[in-house]
Amino acid sequence: MYIIQPMAFLNAQTQAEVRKQFAALRDPVRLVVFSQSLDAAELCAQNEQLVREVAELSDLLTLEVLNLAIDRQRAEAYGVERVPAIVVEGARDYGLRFYGVPAGYEFSNLIDAIVLASTGEAALAEETRAALAGLAADVDIKVFSTPT
Amino acid sequence: MRLAQQMAVASDRVRATAIEATEFPDLSRAYRVMAVPKVVINDRVEFEGALPEAEFLAAVLRATA
Repeated sequence: MYIIQPMAFLNAQTQAEVRKQFAALRDPVRLVVFSQSLDAAELCAQNEQLVREVAELSDLLTLEVLNLAIDRQRAEAYGVERVPAIVVEGARDYGLRFYGVPAGYEFSNLIDAIVLASTGEAALAEETRAALAGLAADVDIKVFSTPT
Repeated sequence: MRLAQQMAVASDRVRATAIEATEFPDLSRAYRVMAVPKVVINDRVEFEGALPEAEFLAAVLRATA
């Protein structure tokens, strides 16, 4: 008898490393995944699977999967326009977003974002905090990267 | 990405979006991504590679000036 399971992204070693980083989690974090079956279906499925595996590594993490075409109001509220997308939400929405499957290099960024959203504590210099507190306009920072 | 995420958490004004360049060739073209990481702030200020915190902040302030 065979039991068919979806291919796992995270091996035991990666799971152990992530669990170690998740020891720093404090408050619950909600991972909101946006998919769309007609657009990038395969990448969206991979993205859901990866985030699901990450969410299983801590009781403080919850996963919600939404559809960009159906859940339009939620997408608009989060400012999500493309899929696959991930919103990392802590005690409030800090504006942490991911477009694309966060594999390779982006994976550690996702884990960092989860820890940041959970603690709400940014490790920035006092001068940086003061300057950011004085911002009079919204700031949209896009960071392009590749998996390797 | 680290600094962008830290700034997003520190300020309600800041949003940090990580974009997987190869999965979004249209965006990569539109923002002329030739090397990664490439950072684009408010579609006005851009740079390639990692910057120290003070210089990253200066780029953010330039983008909102």
